[in-house]
Amino acid sequence: MTDLSERDQMAYIAARAADARVNIDLETEGMTLNLGPQHPATHGTLRIVAKLDGEQIISAEPIPGYMHRGYEKLTEVRTYPQITALVNRIDWLGSFANEVPFILAAEKLMDVEAPPRAQHIRTILFELARIANISLFLGDFGLQLGALTMGFYAFRDREHVLNQIESATGGRFHPNFDRIGGLKDDLPKGWIADTKRAMVKLRDLCDETQTLMVGNEIFQARTRGIGVIPADVALSYGLSGANLRGSGVDWDLRRDACPPGLVYDKVDWKVWTHPDGDCFARTWVRLQETREATLIVDQLLDSIPAGPVMAKVPRIIKVPAGEAYVETENPLGAMGYYVVSKGDLVPFRVKIRTPSFNNISIVPWVAKGVYVPDLVAILGSLYFILGDIDR
Amino acid sequence: MSSADTTVEPDAVEAAEVPVVDERREALLASLVEALGDAVVGSHIRPLDDLWVRVDREAWPTAAATLKDMGFTFFDYLSAIDWLPSPYGRDMDAQEDLVVSGAEPKVPGPVEQGYAGGDTRFQVIGRLYSIPDALGVHLKTDLPDDDLRVGSWTPHFRGANWHERECFEMFGVEFTGHPNLVKLYLPADFQGHPLRKDFPLLSRRVRPWPGIVDVEPMPGRDDNEEGDGE
Repeated sequence: MTDLSERDQMAYIAARAADARVNIDLETEGMTLNLGPQHPATHGTLRIVAKLDGEQIISAEPIPGYMHRGYEKLTEVRTYPQITALVNRIDWLGSFANEVPFILAAEKLMDVEAPPRAQHIRTILFELARIANISLFLGDFGLQLGALTMGFYAFRDREHVLNQIESATGGRFHPNFDRIGGLKDDLPKGWIADTKRAMVKLRDLCDETQTLMVGNEIFQARTRGIGVIPADVALSYGLSGANLRGSGVDWDLRRDACPPGLVYDKVDWKVWTHPDGDCFARTWVRLQETREATLIVDQLLDSIPAGPVMAKVPRIIKVPAGEAYVETENPLGAMGYYVVSKGDLVPFRVKIRTPSFNNISIVPWVAKGVYVPDLVAILGSLYFILGDIDR
Repeated sequence: MSSADTTVEPDAVEAAEVPVVDERREALLASLVEALGDAVVGSHIRPLDDLWVRVDREAWPTAAATLKDMGFTFFDYLSAIDWLPSPYGRDMDAQEDLVVSGAEPKVPGPVEQGYAGGDTRFQVIGRLYSIPDALGVHLKTDLPDDDLRVGSWTPHFRGANWHERECFEMFGVEFTGHPNLVKLYLPADFQGHPLRKDFPLLSRRVRPWPGIVDVEPMPGRDDNEEGDGE
């Protein structure tokens, strides 16, 4: 806590000094910098209004809403099976992962359980979505810090995962594959062997990222000690996923509170954390998670049980009245759906808890007193998808 | 099962089972009641799944602070629920539905609250999580229609800042003590609160949903409700 108050004090002093300079001599006038809405570091259209004193940021305020699509309102006029097509577009890089918590919440209300084979394949696709999402982060973060090569490598290797998602579900980005009570279809022939080959390639990407980017001295100079978030502040802001684990909090919903319908308990895997809480720690945790996810997929591919992929559910789905909240560990962090049903074809209310919304609300706190180039590193390492903020 | 079988019917066995008691959540609820006293006005436990606690409006920030001291340091989300049945509900807004089914236009039903009960149309809902215990708790509180104000959680959880701003613009709930209660997504001059049930979804008003047409029986099948999956 002493670090925290000291840091706040420094920011306060810097801000007061800036104010004083602005007021006394007009030579170092304060300046307002608009970052976005069309900035490469904003993954969509996030606008950040930064007040500067020279190169130092006095305050930074994100202004979301440029892509608000009103999903919480739209869910109230869509039937349950139709909603998966909507929520696919929340975090568009790991689409399948968005469907799962909603479907699990509906299954919980209906008291339906997917067959073991469906649960298994669902978990595999969930992890593939994570790999596709985070491998893009590894490349994109390099791009933002000037390591262009990483961008090309990541986009090249992400294609292997997207191909597997496409051949299993028919959609590269928006699978719309998860159903209440199971999955739309079984896996195609030869998919398991192809996916294993893809996982090998992704592990190569992780190794390349390690040597090219994370181990690089310039990268470390740009990220180490930048944007430090202590664990208590991270929790208070509701940060989740790698942003929280990068602050040393050992919490992963896949391990600690895995909802029924996913089979992480049948796999031997590890949760990675890093104590530093800076941009480097967050990147490092994501890199380890990607590698860990390929190992999870490998293990699951070896143990897919036989059987149907769809439980017996009515064709016209009416969900019994009740309330359910299901939260899963999505690529960006903890994502949850609070579903209120009144026994109708459509939900009465769906509250969508998205990880990026909380993850980016910390920007005013963490950007106070940093330099402008570091703001890009901080935004990049917090890793948000705009659709995931605005919903 | 053969007809000569004299064992107990499976249904009877299930009925005889002891209902699941969720000791951790019962204990948490008990300690909350002890800490907050009369402020806890309702609760609901779904065993091994979740806990809902409804508190008095005055005790809303206190409840958050109490839970934070009990180890619930992770702020999950905060929002509101409008329990008014929508006058623009899906089955009520498509005229095609009425033509196909020959039904009369419906009148909105009475306001019915969900788990942990309620007395008013608007309820604020928030969730806190304890990472060491792997335990989450939903807090609810009622807001009277003529006074949609409640204390802010921002002194206890910084993350509540944006959630309360979103709740403010979407439902019109005013959080007293919030440092910067302005609209988050919507333009500053936007009128109305979009997530309230009496706020019409304009795209639907302009072009009604085909409604029942999209779930008509498959050709050659005569089932109505029951199917065999996909």
